[in-house]
Amino acid sequence: MKPSIFGYQAPTSIDEAISILAGDPDAVVLAGGQTLLPAMNFRAANPSTLVDIQHVADLRGIEVGADVIVVKAMTRHREFELDAEVARVNPLVAEVMQHVAHVPIRNRGTVVGSLCHADPSAEMPLLLVLLGGSVIAQGPSGQREIAAEDFFQSFLTTARERDEIITEARFPVLSKGAGWAFDEVTRRHGDYAIVGVGCVLSLDDGGRASRVQLAACGIADTPVRLNEAENTLTGTVLGASDLDAAVAASAAAVTQPDETHVSQTYRRRALGTLIRRMVTTAAQRATQMETA
Amino acid sequence: MSTRQFGARVERNVDPKLLRGEGAFVDDIPLPDALHVAFLRSPHGRAQIVSIDTSAAKRHPGVAAVFTSDDIGALDVEMPLLIPHPSMKNPKTQRPLARGDVYYVGQTVAMVVAVDRYTAEDAAALIEVEYAPLSLEMDLAKALTDDAPLVHADVPNNLAAHFIQTSGDPDDAFARAEHVTKITVQVDRSTAAPMECRAVAARWDAVSGELTVWDGTQAPISVRGGLASVFELDEDKVRVIAPDVGGGFGQKVLLFYPDELLVPMAAMRLGRPVKYIEDRRENFLGSSQERTQIHTIELAALRTGEVIGLRDFFLHDTGAFIPYGIAVAQVASTSIAGPYRIPNIFVEFKAVYTPTVQVTPYRGCGRPQACFAIERAMDQLAEELGLDRFEIRRRNLIAENQFPYERDGLLFADGLKVTLDSGQYGKALAMAAAELGAENFAAEQAKARAEGRYLGLGLACYVEGTGLGPYEGGHVKIHPITGKVYVNTGLSTQGQGHDTVFAQIVADQLGVSPQDVIVVEGDTKAFDWGVATFASRAAVVSGNAIHKTALTVRKKVIEAAANMLDVDPDQIELRDSAAWVKGSNRFAPLAAIATASNPLRYAFNKAAQAATQFAPASKHDGPPLADGQAPGLEATDYYSPSRSTWAYGVHGAIIEVDPGLCTVKIRKYVCIHDCGNMINPMIVEGQVLGGIAQGIGGALYEHLDYQADGNLANASLMDFLVPYATEIPNVSILHLETPTPLNPLGVKGVGEAGCIAVGAVVASGVEDALRPFGALKFHQVPLSPNMISHALEQVGY
Repeated sequence: MKPSIFGYQAPTSIDEAISILAGDPDAVVLAGGQTLLPAMNFRAANPSTLVDIQHVADLRGIEVGADVIVVKAMTRHREFELDAEVARVNPLVAEVMQHVAHVPIRNRGTVVGSLCHADPSAEMPLLLVLLGGSVIAQGPSGQREIAAEDFFQSFLTTARERDEIITEARFPVLSKGAGWAFDEVTRRHGDYAIVGVGCVLSLDDGGRASRVQLAACGIADTPVRLNEAENTLTGTVLGASDLDAAVAASAAAVTQPDETHVSQTYRRRALGTLIRRMVTTAAQRATQMETA
Repeated sequence: MSTRQFGARVERNVDPKLLRGEGAFVDDIPLPDALHVAFLRSPHGRAQIVSIDTSAAKRHPGVAAVFTSDDIGALDVEMPLLIPHPSMKNPKTQRPLARGDVYYVGQTVAMVVAVDRYTAEDAAALIEVEYAPLSLEMDLAKALTDDAPLVHADVPNNLAAHFIQTSGDPDDAFARAEHVTKITVQVDRSTAAPMECRAVAARWDAVSGELTVWDGTQAPISVRGGLASVFELDEDKVRVIAPDVGGGFGQKVLLFYPDELLVPMAAMRLGRPVKYIEDRRENFLGSSQERTQIHTIELAALRTGEVIGLRDFFLHDTGAFIPYGIAVAQVASTSIAGPYRIPNIFVEFKAVYTPTVQVTPYRGCGRPQACFAIERAMDQLAEELGLDRFEIRRRNLIAENQFPYERDGLLFADGLKVTLDSGQYGKALAMAAAELGAENFAAEQAKARAEGRYLGLGLACYVEGTGLGPYEGGHVKIHPITGKVYVNTGLSTQGQGHDTVFAQIVADQLGVSPQDVIVVEGDTKAFDWGVATFASRAAVVSGNAIHKTALTVRKKVIEAAANMLDVDPDQIELRDSAAWVKGSNRFAPLAAIATASNPLRYAFNKAAQAATQFAPASKHDGPPLADGQAPGLEATDYYSPSRSTWAYGVHGAIIEVDPGLCTVKIRKYVCIHDCGNMINPMIVEGQVLGGIAQGIGGALYEHLDYQADGNLANASLMDFLVPYATEIPNVSILHLETPTPLNPLGVKGVGEAGCIAVGAVVASGVEDALRPFGALKFHQVPLSPNMISHALEQVGY
């Protein structure tokens, strides 16, 4: 478990980093290294050159705006998790972060790195999809914004071109009065989710759901926004039969095939359970926000 | 006397060093100019090697040598069959490097020696091997059929061993039975996953003709014997050192792994130190595993619940080779009746070759499988007879006045009749019921169900034959300068705390603090008679050997002190590192007594002046050292147990199952255990808790996912689910101490105890929790959420 020979470059500007990537088809970006380096030790990844972006100016930090939280490429999970402003405008972030691996990994791993890895069981891609966020990709021909639903294309595959660097991710804040919830089922604490479900919803004055966002990870080759369930629930009081309908409407979203220890049937069962629980928790929180 | 150290919660001598990162494991041994090894391993479960081309690897810069089976001379033979047994007709062991065929994914095919491990791995990737893959069968039952592909062409039906043992008259018992229950259960394959993988380093000194090998082994003396034999060296010219070792759990007792022979060979041939540090992936692929057994067990009972007969037939997966003989299956078959009287037993097993790495003992060694079979069967019998699970066990446990309880016809791993020597089985069961709150549990369960929560109670009893012979030794010496006591034995330690418990034993006899007793083991130059660390035997066998030796040294100290202080020996007491005249303030420090016991010519320090020829204390009529006397305060002695001593315990848990997510939470875990007299309760609790944690791994998480093509799909700690601290509940451990009559210290082994019952407890608890959904059965561990989901699906939930 030792990597094969590789080169190492530590550019100090984004343009320099992009030009290295553009000039070497086997060069890859190194951010937190929590996935890439183990893969190299297994020789599952054999990059010619690591382009270490930790010394690049302007790739650090979090900017909380009126509508969106901007997370720069070198921002560690732990910074996102513990940021007080982020917690104020989007309490879902900290709740999701509890489930991302373990503290030592969150200390080094980056939010954008996790998005670029695009593991369909991972929490960060789910969060971006659930909130309807986006990423900014910068390459030789300039910058572009890619919406979350377009970014995640399939298993470990994103819309990023190989000479592009994702310079930031943009997570929308929660609207006033919205309730939120996230939970997942794993074999062990900190493992990738077997299934995870996140929910954000708002209630109208009559206690009906005026807006519902629902997404799941672990059920397909990308994180999935559960649009049909959202539509089913919108306008209802989120009662038992409404939840039943939402669960039924989500069953087809589970496309991940049977695996040794996880059948598709089990994934559907877990998805249904989590949808019921997350919608219920989010609704309770929305109600509490209203009465508070 | 000083405070008694035996039985005290003495902090471990070794911990400060380990916690400060000052431990010295094999990879920490400074070996200037060392070369590093990487292996090329088979990617096929079963294949013929058509050709091997090492030329590109040999040309790779930094490579010192590349070896295949053609290049290793006399080493190119099958490695030893360690424990022969007549039940094996054609026992197969492995060659250090594959010749002709490969038998499992991960088998060593070629060895590269290079300037560093990176280079060695780069070069290994350049070796070209052409394989002709052969068909294979991974399923145990199918592997036994007539048309199954063979692992070894000359072993029909892949049958590695077939063995039957009978105790009493089982046919008669089944004829008399008023009720018979029968189930089939399975425990899956797992691995020890020690924190430190295996490691070997070797240095050959051509001038002195001495070979030194650092090996993270549980059996340095046995490895030394083997190396001396293979390389035709005098045993005194081979030194094997097991330095600090990060866990073994049985995996490191097997000898030889290919690297243990090939690394010393390379060091001798290349004239440079060579080291091999196994990585995690290699540990999954190339180091021993254990567990898969499929038992079909029947109990013949009276309506009262008394079990009068047992029949068990099981299949045992032994991997592609059987170097450790039938040890695992034999221990399982002789533990099958647990702590119950069951006077009539028929137990039969077939050991099956599969194209996987060899199976040798892993902590528990067949007992978790046997316990799972008998305990799950007892639960089913209780249910069918309408009896409480505690009650049916109470009615069958061996009573205190029935010890020693013999099982005629069942021979244990030591070759002797199973004889359970002592215990308070009924009391342990009652303590478990009380600690679990079993009496009020039904009400608690009903209340939880009303809230939509599903609680279950799990229960299992176990026994463990411990302290196998043949023998171990002890050497005790009081140092003349420091007065500190040096102790040696022939074992090695992998983190158990030998250095502390052996020190406690000696401290009591010599009146010193345990911190002043320095235990050195795991080095054949320190002590070179003995066997190994395995089978929960260190405290029993080495502990008693060291105890006997300490008694001899104590006698020498008292006699010498009486002479120096001019009193009768019975006036001497030993405490505070000195010999005192009772009831007075006259004393002689141990250092001074040791110095005076060694007649000197040269006074190299002040204390030594007292031992030189003109000093008053040295006055003597005959020679300075009388006939038959030895200098110093030192002795060596041995202990050889008459037979194994049987520990036991009762485990129980309150378990919550979430039917929506099919997850299992252990809300409360209770362990009542009895390992005889405890030398150090804190260390015992560490052993038991560690065992339970490993048992929880086996009950819920750890499963080696072999694919139909022989590949292991989860050969990493990311995918092989060793439980984290977050998965281990608080455990309440209650001790019972029934001294064994079999040895002077009254101790039984405890190393493996914790892991044995956990699978049965968890399955029992999950079944109980899900009873409202129907009679769901959980007869296989590890028990995954998927299995619970599947069971619920069967009943329409």
